[in-house]
Amino acid sequence: MFQIQRSPQVADVVVIGSGAGGGTTVKVLTDLGINVTLLEAGPMLNPSKDFKEHMLPYEVDHRGAGPNAERYFGLQQWGYFEAPNGYWNIPGEPYSVSPDSEFSWFRSRILGGRTNHYGRISLRFSDYDFKPYSFDGLGTDWPVDYDEMSPYYDKAEEFMGITGTKEGIRSAPDGVFLPPIPPRVHEQLVMKAGKRLGIPVIPSRMAMLTKSVHGRAACHYCGQCGRGCRTASAFSSSQAMIFPAMKTGKLTVLTEAMARELIVDASGKVSAVSYVDKRTRTEKQIRCRNVVVAASACESARLLLNSKSPLFPNGLANGSGMVGRNLTDTTGYSLSGHIPALEGLPRHNSDGIGGMHVYVPWWLLDKRNKDFPRGYHIEIGGGFGMPQLGAFSADGSQRAGYGSGLKDYVRQRYGASISLAGRGEMIPNEHSYCEIDNSVVDQWGIPTLKFHFRWSDHEIKQAKHMHETFTSIIETMGGTVTGITHPEREAKGVSVGGTIIHEGGTVCMGDDPKTSVLNRWCQAHEVKNLFVADAAPFNGNPDKNVTLTIVALAWRTAEHLAAEMKKGNA
Amino acid sequence: MNPTRRDLLIAFGATGLITPALAQHVHQALLEVKSLDPGAAYQPKYLTGHEYQTLRRLSDLIIPADEHSKGALDAGAAEFIDFLCSRNEKLAQIYTGGLAWMDATMQHHHQVSFLEAKPEQQTALLDLIAYKKNETPELLAGIRFFDWCRRMVMDAYYTSPVGMADIGFMGNKALSSFSVPQEAVDYAVKRSPFANS
Repeated sequence: MFQIQRSPQVADVVVIGSGAGGGTTVKVLTDLGINVTLLEAGPMLNPSKDFKEHMLPYEVDHRGAGPNAERYFGLQQWGYFEAPNGYWNIPGEPYSVSPDSEFSWFRSRILGGRTNHYGRISLRFSDYDFKPYSFDGLGTDWPVDYDEMSPYYDKAEEFMGITGTKEGIRSAPDGVFLPPIPPRVHEQLVMKAGKRLGIPVIPSRMAMLTKSVHGRAACHYCGQCGRGCRTASAFSSSQAMIFPAMKTGKLTVLTEAMARELIVDASGKVSAVSYVDKRTRTEKQIRCRNVVVAASACESARLLLNSKSPLFPNGLANGSGMVGRNLTDTTGYSLSGHIPALEGLPRHNSDGIGGMHVYVPWWLLDKRNKDFPRGYHIEIGGGFGMPQLGAFSADGSQRAGYGSGLKDYVRQRYGASISLAGRGEMIPNEHSYCEIDNSVVDQWGIPTLKFHFRWSDHEIKQAKHMHETFTSIIETMGGTVTGITHPEREAKGVSVGGTIIHEGGTVCMGDDPKTSVLNRWCQAHEVKNLFVADAAPFNGNPDKNVTLTIVALAWRTAEHLAAEMKKGNA
Repeated sequence: MNPTRRDLLIAFGATGLITPALAQHVHQALLEVKSLDPGAAYQPKYLTGHEYQTLRRLSDLIIPADEHSKGALDAGAAEFIDFLCSRNEKLAQIYTGGLAWMDATMQHHHQVSFLEAKPEQQTALLDLIAYKKNETPELLAGIRFFDWCRRMVMDAYYTSPVGMADIGFMGNKALSSFSVPQEAVDYAVKRSPFANS
């Protein structure tokens, strides 16, 4: 007979999801002495086994192609050496996309989620990013402003460890910074080109430790942050937040626990979380006083939409009908260029911290006559990267031929190319949202998501501006544009939605319960013991990567929840 | 320098055993000299002995050893490809089909297999299929195959210790601090449009 196992105890707080938002919630609450139970849909992370940052390709027979040559047939979802972090397609967990849309949904199933591998670019949202409607009449103002968020950015930066310099630029607010890292040779050329073009190029703001903080070792500059970092010198919620919380005795971690539904009692509060124990394929329930959903923007929306009851027939806390709406991703467009000045560059170790050492913050904030609103930042790639499969395929097909001449060609061009990647703001629009696809369930019988996604002219024109800017930077460096860096996702002039992996906005905040799901504390208007702590509450998705703001906002939410619990309100 | 000829000289030069018969049996000779590189002792997992030796010869032509550095044989390129053929049927078909195309084409023109052909006959065929601009219905399959072969030989080479040494990769090491050598900065700036600014 089908039987659901219910926990005898009632957890003070259940957190669903262990990425940036869930990890922060766990850290803040356990630091305040509160007992937390954490549900993660994937397995426990074991950095010494799962991270391969110092492996060289020849240490495995397949050199990174995958044990069955997956890479050569487009079947490898993520590099073999990368941190185990998630996939575009997960067996047994489908999603659908409406016929008039393109959208790719990246999901992570492991403790720490996407923070195990992410780019670690850590940019504060600016004052106008929290008040976009007041700024230019587009989008919706957040119920919080920069001054309220600033102390939480301080806490997040101080804890995570972010490189940077104080610059006094409105579009890139200063923060609490670790020392910056010197710019590489190609980056110094980009800085000179920027100077000539009036484009600021400033030290990057990255969550890598140029100094030891909070017991985490300083970076050893192997440049492989995307593969995970065994010394935790690059931030991850698993290593920096959850592992230390486990040692306090305040945290219970349930891995392989896939949340199905939030159960409400007669008073309309969440009384239990129903989840699938994947190991045994059994249904379990954990009773709780409060729940913090941090499953990632779309997964959090899915969980609320799937939690239907007589009190909440449209899904939990969805009286406004806004759950799933205002789905956003960052715009992406990138160009590569060949720079003759770098040909034959004297060899040296150019690794440093993984990713860029300098970047371009949005620099045309005050220019009013451009043909798109808001802006983008530019990420800079280049240097003597570790040779990987495919690294020289373009050289091979461009030069063609064979023999010593081919070797000479590769040697001459190694380290002489750069890439410029734009990451810009998408204005939320009514055509972009996710909803439940009632015709498809996943392997646990949980109804799945269907995506609708459309860029507007704002984003298309912005990406064109990126193209023109990148071309002029490359040409000012004396180089030539060699092509789009990621044709598989940017061939149409702007990235396919979802592929920059910055989804947000599906469970929005606001002061009015008719038009928003959450209040200013990321607490559901209609369900007082339900909080959301990922990028779902974001009313906008500015040209600043989401993670730092997820951490800062979750920090603020967790402190509020703790204060309410202390007062006896939760 | 022709590496096959050089290999033969190294293998047999000391004993003076270079004979006209040897030159006509490159296949045999290559089997003899295989102990000069690490892949020589490798037992193919998927390809036949003949296919594997043909692939080795092709890899050696694509990335030869030269005065600057070692080549694809020392990088284990043929082992890499054979290993992946043993794991993936589609890939196996690309290589068995492509190598057979090389033999059939050589047979058609010179009545020998690719491996048995003279070095100049081998390079004459590669000069046709190594360039997309030569595309004709007769050569299309060969051009497609060579593209796969060049890509994977280059992959194997530059992910190997000898290939990394060739391009001078010095990274993925634990360092106590990071700095950028001034001579490298000066080199690039001097050659850039910013030399005088």
